[in-house]
Amino acid sequence: METGRLLEKAALGERLSIDEAADIYGQADFFGLGQAAHSLRLRKHPDPVVTYVVDRNINYSNICVCGCRFCAFFRAPDQEGGYVLSREDLAGKIEETLGLGGTQILMQGGHHPTLPLSFYEEMLRFIKDRYPIHIHAFSPPEIVHFARLEGVDVGTVIDRLRAAGLDSIPGGGAEILVDSVRKAVSPNKCSASEWLGVMEEAHRQGMRTTATMMFGHEEEPCHRLEHLLALRELQDRTGGFTAFIPWAFQPGNTSIRRSPETAVSYLRLLAVSRLVLDNFDNVQASWVTMGPKVAQLALQFGANDFGSTMIEENVVAAAGVHFRLSVREIRRIIEAAGFKPRQRTMAYGPVEESDRDQS
Amino acid sequence: MDTKLFKELGLEDIHGKIQAGERISVEEGERLFACPNVLAVGSLAHLVRRRMHGDAAYYVVNQHINYSNVCVNGCRFCAFGRKKGDSLAFELNVDDILNKVKARTDDPITEVHIVGGCHPDLPFSFYEEALRRIKTLRPEIRIKAFTAVEIAHFAKLEGISTREVLTRLKAAGLDMLPGGGAEVFSTRIRALLCPEKLSGQGWLDVAREAHQMGIKTNATMLYGHLETERERIEHLDALRRLQDETGGLVCFIPLPFQPANTQIKDAQPTTGVEDLKTMAVSRLMLDNVPHIKAYWVMLTVKLAQVALYFGADDFDGTVIEEKIGHMAGAESEQALTRRKLERIIREGGFRPVERDCFFNAVKRG
Repeated sequence: METGRLLEKAALGERLSIDEAADIYGQADFFGLGQAAHSLRLRKHPDPVVTYVVDRNINYSNICVCGCRFCAFFRAPDQEGGYVLSREDLAGKIEETLGLGGTQILMQGGHHPTLPLSFYEEMLRFIKDRYPIHIHAFSPPEIVHFARLEGVDVGTVIDRLRAAGLDSIPGGGAEILVDSVRKAVSPNKCSASEWLGVMEEAHRQGMRTTATMMFGHEEEPCHRLEHLLALRELQDRTGGFTAFIPWAFQPGNTSIRRSPETAVSYLRLLAVSRLVLDNFDNVQASWVTMGPKVAQLALQFGANDFGSTMIEENVVAAAGVHFRLSVREIRRIIEAAGFKPRQRTMAYGPVEESDRDQS
Repeated sequence: MDTKLFKELGLEDIHGKIQAGERISVEEGERLFACPNVLAVGSLAHLVRRRMHGDAAYYVVNQHINYSNVCVNGCRFCAFGRKKGDSLAFELNVDDILNKVKARTDDPITEVHIVGGCHPDLPFSFYEEALRRIKTLRPEIRIKAFTAVEIAHFAKLEGISTREVLTRLKAAGLDMLPGGGAEVFSTRIRALLCPEKLSGQGWLDVAREAHQMGIKTNATMLYGHLETERERIEHLDALRRLQDETGGLVCFIPLPFQPANTQIKDAQPTTGVEDLKTMAVSRLMLDNVPHIKAYWVMLTVKLAQVALYFGADDFDGTVIEEKIGHMAGAESEQALTRRKLERIIREGGFRPVERDCFFNAVKRG
């Protein structure tokens, strides 16, 4: 089928094979790709609404035994500058988040070599006992790490964390879900099938999760498509993913020497993701890595969500990339693109709409 | 983009005109601004851009020198200008300027871009001497210097005509005028933002005079402050009429206003979609101006790359030591290497072409 026909088909929400996806990714022109992705987005969300979430990234620790080559954030256990956040600091960050109208925290850390599972359970209980806040925490590689350290299976870890207050699991640590790529850039991190296994188990236990892709390091374009297909296949079975969030690797301060992905390649990948992931409701734009101007245009390339206000963000910042946006600025950017901004929860439901801060 | 989409958007007639290579009117330009689908407007601009330049995207290896920020004008949108005696005021002498040029003699620069404030008392001989000595030091470099506003200011200060100013600067080594100081030509806007500055008509008169003397110029538009879309279109129309008359404009540069550190506190910075739409409408209105620049210093590098699909064919330059945009809070890099510029252009899907200030391709050995 010629590329133009494939785009028409994909825009209607019909499924693309991997070869068809490769064809449009490689061949489709910039505007055709954007238009098709936007059409599909409008089929899924006919109302001209763009959502965002008010939350904060809390990194409970940066101590990590993984040593991924793309990471500028971690400290090895024997290295200076490692930390585990105190309860006091944790409480302060959550109170500040609630004070700013936040509804959730995204909490992730490293693969700490010694902290037992009970540490994480107590941390969750500490938060839930005190604060009415959604806890979106522990990416699949952390869950796999906890399971190994504790000598239990992944299902038990998820079950225990859920009982302690975990609400949902973020899609981090997916990087590229192809083992040859993972061996090269993150050899000590969980495999692609382990990552998918954690998500499947979480979905089975009734928990929602997101999915990410970190692209633009050492993978080939075909690996990005394999990643999308692996997610689509799991989503067919569970329907547990709420959103897909691709973001571009930022090489500053890491052990991977290359130039960052450019805005045009980001927009192309975003559009292809929207079209391939026909069973995902939401696709998120990444202003943290692309800047607000390009993220705004991403709303015409398949994204229907502007992500988080990121009251705090440490991981991308460690790679030397610092963009900051207030809620008011996010709303203005969404409106200037012709959409209505709406604050959402992790599950993409609306937060009470009292036409907040229209001032 | 298919015809059906333009029909849905009510732009079928404009789409037809663009396809046929016909000129669009001021009213049609306004309709493009009003169109909510930025991709549709962008694809029209891309059609024209491809027709004119194929997949080429130009850049220049250049150096910026701001000789002084002392300025009698006090424009409200400016974070760069200072009154004489202000603690942040600076002025370079001719030796300082020469040293900046000397510092980069190993770089393959083809253009030096020199602008400053409207300084109250630097003698005209200062500018002549600066040009003459740069030309002596590096005769192969093209000097693009002094906006129409500075030219008119020199004339007033020296008590001579702008024609004489241009004649003497040309004799001293001036190759071309940059496009700054145009802002928005509207008298309403200039009264609000820069009442002391040369009028819009005055700007156009200096540019016309330069063109008639064989001096090419660029032209800018500073948008996103208090102007209406209609005023933007009228600005573009005034440039289009000048260009019909003289053919002396080389490149048009839309500049998004950067409100930080200026006196227009309540203005919000422009958003990406607005920048891209303004770029696209500029390409479509200015059918007789060969080049449209995505000035990455103001747009950010990422958006400037995307702008190559929205009518821009030029990525500007390596720009060492830019001050005017950065003092107003521009968050872009201070400089880009040639390699990085070429990579960004190529990864955007275009073919990098190094150019000189007249857009002649530069051949490197």
